[in-house]
Amino acid sequence: MGKILIVAEHDGAKLNPSTGKCVTCAAKVPGASVDVLVLAADAAGVAAQAAAIAGVGKVIAVDNPANKEPLAAVLAPQVAKLAEGYTHVFGPSTTFGKDLMPRVAALLGVGQVSDIMAVEGAHRFKRPIYAGNAVLTVDVPAGAKVVATVRVASFEAAAGGGSAAIEKADPGVALPSHTRFVSRTGASTGRPDLQTAGKVVAGGRALGSADGFKIIYSLADKLGAAVGASRAAVDAGYVPNDLQVGQTGKIIAPELYFAIGISGAIQHMTGIKDARTIVAINKDGEAPIFEAADIGLVGDLFTILPELEKQLG
Amino acid sequence: MRRIMVGVKRVVDYNVRIRVKPDNSGVVTEGVKMSINPFDEIALEEALRIKEKGLADEVLAVSIGPADTQQQLRTALAMGADRAILVQTDAVVAPLSVAKIFHKLIDKEQPLLVLLGKQAIDDDNGQTAQMLAAIWDRPQAVSCSKIEVADGKATVTREVDAGLETNEVDLPAVLSVDLRLNEPRYVKLPDIMKAKKKPLDTLGLGDFGVDGQPAFTVVKVEPPPTRTKGIMVKDVAELVDTLKKKGLV
Repeated sequence: MGKILIVAEHDGAKLNPSTGKCVTCAAKVPGASVDVLVLAADAAGVAAQAAAIAGVGKVIAVDNPANKEPLAAVLAPQVAKLAEGYTHVFGPSTTFGKDLMPRVAALLGVGQVSDIMAVEGAHRFKRPIYAGNAVLTVDVPAGAKVVATVRVASFEAAAGGGSAAIEKADPGVALPSHTRFVSRTGASTGRPDLQTAGKVVAGGRALGSADGFKIIYSLADKLGAAVGASRAAVDAGYVPNDLQVGQTGKIIAPELYFAIGISGAIQHMTGIKDARTIVAINKDGEAPIFEAADIGLVGDLFTILPELEKQLG
Repeated sequence: MRRIMVGVKRVVDYNVRIRVKPDNSGVVTEGVKMSINPFDEIALEEALRIKEKGLADEVLAVSIGPADTQQQLRTALAMGADRAILVQTDAVVAPLSVAKIFHKLIDKEQPLLVLLGKQAIDDDNGQTAQMLAAIWDRPQAVSCSKIEVADGKATVTREVDAGLETNEVDLPAVLSVDLRLNEPRYVKLPDIMKAKKKPLDTLGLGDFGVDGQPAFTVVKVEPPPTRTKGIMVKDVAELVDTLKKKGLV
């Protein structure tokens, strides 16, 4: 029997799709019952969205002005308190969950399983190591609470149509004031979200400049795709950090991935292993990206991309 | 003394193409080039820069690992760390145990700041900084791409999925660093000679009341499923045709 608590990710108004993927993962634990915890300044709206996820037993909503921004030091003691009575506590392996969940695990005095990619049993999980170049199967000791992050690219989002009960809760724990939110910049480009988009067009160092990168945006808009980038392109300052795909960036699983002017370093490949179809366009026919690509085209991207846009009609 | 403690993990060099052992017990590490975890190198570089700005007095590099980890600590000393501590063990020490060991060292060393890599590139756990901050009951800021220390506080910029987030934390605190924080310096030969004279203390796990038992049992380690080899198309027309046939555009 697994009694699983999932920590919801949200921006105060909207539930992040990573939460639905955690529910799908949790449902694979034998005999699972799944509850979702929403910590917010005003949790009602997000809690209602969580309650609509199929398979959720109940939603626990905690209202507290201190929860306005997702500060791990503030959220962790509340999660640890409300985890009483649960066998498993899951969060998404996004920057939100990666920040929060190890702090929760330590407060509970247990280790953490990072990046669950498959559930093999109530205490047995598969996770990637060495940038996904090996897959580790681990057993958490029987009787220990399982704290884990879920590799969201490995799971489909759960269906909607649920109508779970929403319960208000007050963990009644002291919260620290030593960590303070100042500001956040970036995001909301009007384009699809990189982590959940069905199609992604990504560019690498070969784009040459921020200006050169415009043809990536142009193709992405044509396809209704999100934009991604290799580490090289981010380091070179062509695009902001939140577009980085790879071991230290975002791990994604779109239906269609265009790798344009990306050589295919192993650190990048680990971010796109679960893409359904990978299209590689590169002028170097020996680039490692072609080993993983489903469709490869060798040539100059500055010639190919305008032509591609034209032929896509 | 205003001290910065830096975690240094010995890992398989990031350029090595790793191989899974035929008996699925782990990854081949014998005869493989080992280095400082790249994120830890960035943490060390940042500590050195903070000290060079006159905001700290000493940089202490700490590692937990086998005797050979001295090599990585000597490199850390050559980069500019003032002294080093090796907690020597052949066991694989889980992040929670690493955090407990660091916490005990913190009791003694009283650092102003603890800087760690945001993850190690071998196990990709990304847990130690957060766990240490929890046990120590101090602030954490993970994935920092900018750190400013002033007036008993650190103002940090963190790389998050939504972009960049700025947090302010009271010191002491645990910060984990991301790739774009800085570019670590190269070690020069005279520095390697000088590093040989710097103090490197060796302790054992027993000194910390932590055993070498891993938190989890390794059932097996396997190579990842491989993607089937794809096709090459000759031009844009064939590419568009192929995508259309697959119903992708």
